Amino acid sequence: MQGLIGKKVGMTSVFNEEGKNIPCTVIKAGPCVITQIKTKEKDGYEVVQLGFDDKNEKRTSNPEKGHFKKANTTPKRKLIEFTGFGDDVKLGDTLDVELFNDDTWVDVKGITKGKGFQGVVKRHGFKGVGDKTHGQHNRERAPGSLGGSSDPSRVFKGMRMAGRDGGKQVMAISLRVMKIIPEDNILIVKGSVPGPNGSYLIITK
Amino acid sequence: MDLMKVVNKELASDKNFPKFNAGDTITVHYKIIEGSKERIQQFRGVVIQKKGSGHTATFTVRKMSGNIGVERIFPVGSPFIDKIEINKHGKVRRARIFYLKKLTGKSARIKEKKF
Repeated sequence: MQGLIGKKVGMTSVFNEEGKNIPCTVIKAGPCVITQIKTKEKDGYEVVQLGFDDKNEKRTSNPEKGHFKKANTTPKRKLIEFTGFGDDVKLGDTLDVELFNDDTWVDVKGITKGKGFQGVVKRHGFKGVGDKTHGQHNRERAPGSLGGSSDPSRVFKGMRMAGRDGGKQVMAISLRVMKIIPEDNILIVKGSVPGPNGSYLIITK
Repeated sequence: MDLMKVVNKELASDKNFPKFNAGDTITVHYKIIEGSKERIQQFRGVVIQKKGSGHTATFTVRKMSGNIGVERIFPVGSPFIDKIEINKHGKVRRARIFYLKKLTGKSARIKEKKF
């Protein structure tokens, strides 16, 4: 999939033609530099590696410096591989938000906000056990039974329980492109995208 | 948040409404679409609060309809607002005059600002 690396900027709202107030997310998409082109002969598979967001040269290791020097660019913080660019791209080329100029829909991948250790009600949408009153106490957000007793004498694998929630990679699919501001590489999409403001996103066509 | 400023600037509406504050009496001319027809409705009342900034800001107008209080929240960026007229500048001490909700009749009056 062709795409770009971006950063979540924040959220706002826009009135559409019908006069409806639409919640929107502002994304800084690109500019991305092509840092490597992998070929079938040499690497076994065909991708284009893009780099995004400048990195302090002091914090860059020598092997990394060499990698970026090949593409004749400054060190980048984030490197992601994309497919589908074909032969019309060269090493060191810059891609910006105009890539999405004739798209109505994009997919956005990101890492969700970490929620820490959460119970089953928040983590898996369980309803809890029973009532608040009628003699019952402290079972309101409990998971309930984990399974049978002597048969099968064990808890099945994958049983949904409390644990770490959030911080997972999630893709928001088919978000409508509301506006593109090419001067600042800004992409405005309808709805929300995973992660906090300032987190990296992968935007694909 | 620098880029947010760029976006807000880009999305800002080109309409120029007069400045008003809480306590002012205003008339909002609001477009209503009924089927294919479009007409303009007026909503006159006291501004009880302004919220937010830029094109996503809203303001709340309260009026007495008979003896029932009616409040309406208008987004500043709404394409349906035709124009806003200021009828009176009120003299109030706070930015959100929710105490007005409890008052009726003579006590619900707001003194007019004299310049």
